[in-house]
Amino acid sequence: MAFLFALFLTGLANAAALFLVASGLSLIFGVTRIVNFAHGSFYMLGAFIGVTLMELLPGAVGFWGAILLTGLAVGLIGALVEIVVLRRIYRAPELFQLVATFGVILVIQDLALMIWGAEDRLGPRAPGLRGVWRIFGEPVPKFDIVLIAITPVILLALWYLITRTRLGILVRAATQDREMVGALGVNQAWLFTGVFALGSALAGWGGALQLPKGGANLLMDFNIIGAVFVVVVIGGMGSLPGAFIAAVLISVLNAFGVAFLPESTLVLMFVVMAAVLILRPYGLLGREETAGEHGQVGAPETPIRPYGPRGVALTVALLVLLAALPAFAEPFLLTLVVDITVFALFAASLHFILGTGGMVSFGHAAFFGGGAYAAALLVYHSETPMELAFLCAPLAAGVLALGIGWFCIRLSGVYFAMLTLAFSQLVWSLAFQWRSVTRGDDGLINIWPADWLNAPMPYYYLTLALGVGGILTLRHIIHAPFGYALRAGRDSPRQAEAMGINVGRVQLVAFALAGAMAGLAGGLFVFSKGSVFPTELEITKSFDALIVVFLGGVKTLAGGVVGASFMTSVEHWLTRLEYWRLVLGLVIIAVVILMPEGIVGTLKRLAGRLRPSTEEAPR
Amino acid sequence: MLEVASIHSFYGKAHILDALSFSVARGEVVALLGRNGAGKSTTMKSVMQLVRPRAGSVIFEGRELVGLPAYRVAKAGLGYVPEDRRVFSDLTVLENLEVGRQPKRDGAPHWTVAQLFELFPNLAERRHNRGKHLSGGEQQMLTIARTLMGNPALLLLDEPSEGIAPVIVEQMARSIAMLKSEGLTVLLSEQNLHFARAVADRAVILEAGQKKFDGSFETLESRPEIRDAYLSV
Repeated sequence: MAFLFALFLTGLANAAALFLVASGLSLIFGVTRIVNFAHGSFYMLGAFIGVTLMELLPGAVGFWGAILLTGLAVGLIGALVEIVVLRRIYRAPELFQLVATFGVILVIQDLALMIWGAEDRLGPRAPGLRGVWRIFGEPVPKFDIVLIAITPVILLALWYLITRTRLGILVRAATQDREMVGALGVNQAWLFTGVFALGSALAGWGGALQLPKGGANLLMDFNIIGAVFVVVVIGGMGSLPGAFIAAVLISVLNAFGVAFLPESTLVLMFVVMAAVLILRPYGLLGREETAGEHGQVGAPETPIRPYGPRGVALTVALLVLLAALPAFAEPFLLTLVVDITVFALFAASLHFILGTGGMVSFGHAAFFGGGAYAAALLVYHSETPMELAFLCAPLAAGVLALGIGWFCIRLSGVYFAMLTLAFSQLVWSLAFQWRSVTRGDDGLINIWPADWLNAPMPYYYLTLALGVGGILTLRHIIHAPFGYALRAGRDSPRQAEAMGINVGRVQLVAFALAGAMAGLAGGLFVFSKGSVFPTELEITKSFDALIVVFLGGVKTLAGGVVGASFMTSVEHWLTRLEYWRLVLGLVIIAVVILMPEGIVGTLKRLAGRLRPSTEEAPR
Repeated sequence: MLEVASIHSFYGKAHILDALSFSVARGEVVALLGRNGAGKSTTMKSVMQLVRPRAGSVIFEGRELVGLPAYRVAKAGLGYVPEDRRVFSDLTVLENLEVGRQPKRDGAPHWTVAQLFELFPNLAERRHNRGKHLSGGEQQMLTIARTLMGNPALLLLDEPSEGIAPVIVEQMARSIAMLKSEGLTVLLSEQNLHFARAVADRAVILEAGQKKFDGSFETLESRPEIRDAYLSV
């Protein structure tokens, strides 16, 4: 019993940092409606800045002073990010800000690398709290007890701030109706900056507070963001007590998991999240999100039309060029085009549910990686012929998507996104921790195509045929009655239902189809590389696809394809540089700020401006 | 005090206000009348800059408002009461009032919570209730009180009598008369001609975003063809 109680205390102590970071994310989302992916980066900055300050400032006063200063410093950095980047894009299409925050992640990663180097830093021990106290005979670190005591104090302080101060009242009012708060004379811009700074400061404090238990390294940002999203979603977006309960729940569960089922730790929290969302779709203490509640009326969608003769001609010309490419191109160019095609198909499949279906999935990598793993596992374990294994990639991914989609389509908006993220993390942690089957992060290797395809040129044509075929199929479906039904469900689910469309089923079929197409891309991928690693299932992979779709332009059909070509080419050239993340991050941020309609949308608008023809340019 | 000159406003591609001009003098209560979709609410929003006019100007006490963010318009002395009320449903009555609070302003009546509770006694009893638990009439009073907390010099009231019980409508009319006697200038939009005549000094009639009539209620009285053409009675 004593051991179990000690475990429980460890869990409670771990909850402190998690709660701090999660409450910051929740606060920022509540007011600005931005899902801040860069929140983990502020946590990481908190850890690094904390270490540096603790080295500079001596003694106990220095230690706690360093923690305090760290939060303030990270808060300032957050304010800077808000003013320089986010403030310019609040009017951009919904969720477009995601892409900008992803750019911020990349920039901060490389800046941290420049300033602090690649080596992990060990956190200093808290002065005066180095030893352990015995509780029921079990040793419990003194610092843990202090953390357990601090966390409720922070919760109370935040609660007071939100419920009892003018700032808190304005924050809650803005959470409900930003425009009205502005019409009452409150400068939202500064309210947003203030909230963003506060949220970032909380993340910074979280990073600094966990130092004596952990340290600082460059992977912290992505490592915590998954857990933080889980906590915020389990607790209910925007609910501080919810975040607190969820942080404790997850941390305690994790402490027990580490002790008894070390292989399950990663899976565990996502299973809990999925279970909570299925029982309580808006989290433990969250409230239902209703569309239009926040006084935002989106710009009317410009209807998408099939290409005119010029578009068709351009597409055909491009395809002819691609078909003729092996005749004169060097092999490396063929490989690049294969990479682009695979990524373009993956992005087009996400674009299909995101743009046409209005379902923003944060976990689309589950199907790409899922397809790749399905094929690779068949080849690796049972030496299945390549052709058969390859066919299983889209099939397995489609079935997986059908299963995951069945749970997810009950939700919408951010909760849908988070649940898809949770499921994809579940799939990832399976691949990562089920070593006996998947070989973990050693990956599955020697997965080559059949002999007749095992050369650059035949594989190039296979990829081109299936990739282009897949993309054209998706396009065709968008312009078919099924596509109309999907768009109707996106724009007005109730009216669509009233017209006799089974919106849930249409969305589920679309989700499964998108999953199958992503799996097809995954299958093409695995046999072109000869191997697959859990990285293909990671959050970053899902984000890559999201970025590409948003960069290309959500509201244009070519968006995914153009975005994928742009990204793959840019990455191909940039990764030769030492600080390529910095450059890529800045490029992404620049595109987001300068081209809020995405690359294709902006090109279209410019073209429309050049020649005001019969077709009116989309505004 | 307020000079709206030839504004054009759009929703997307839909042309809502078409070269609309009118003015409101200090101390006046002006009623914007017209059918559903005539452009009354859009006029209110265009003055407030919640909808940005693409052409024309809105001058308030010598200051151009077009292009300003809404909060600057509010700070300049305009108080906006939206037609759909938009109370902060999770905030209590007192908290709703706090959101609207702005510093004292020269040349405009100054309001305290106590005075507003005198003006709207129902709200006083419900000060700790959340916005979502109020009746429609109480919500309407709360939005007006919330806006008055900003000590506006000009009040924009979008359909104050819409969707509330007749007995409350009477109370609302008395409240508006009281606001006028305090020296507040009011621009209100209405479909209810009787209500408008009871509270306003002058009528401006809109149809399809254009001004069709601008004058006293006596003049309007004498020209029934205008009432029949542009107002649904």
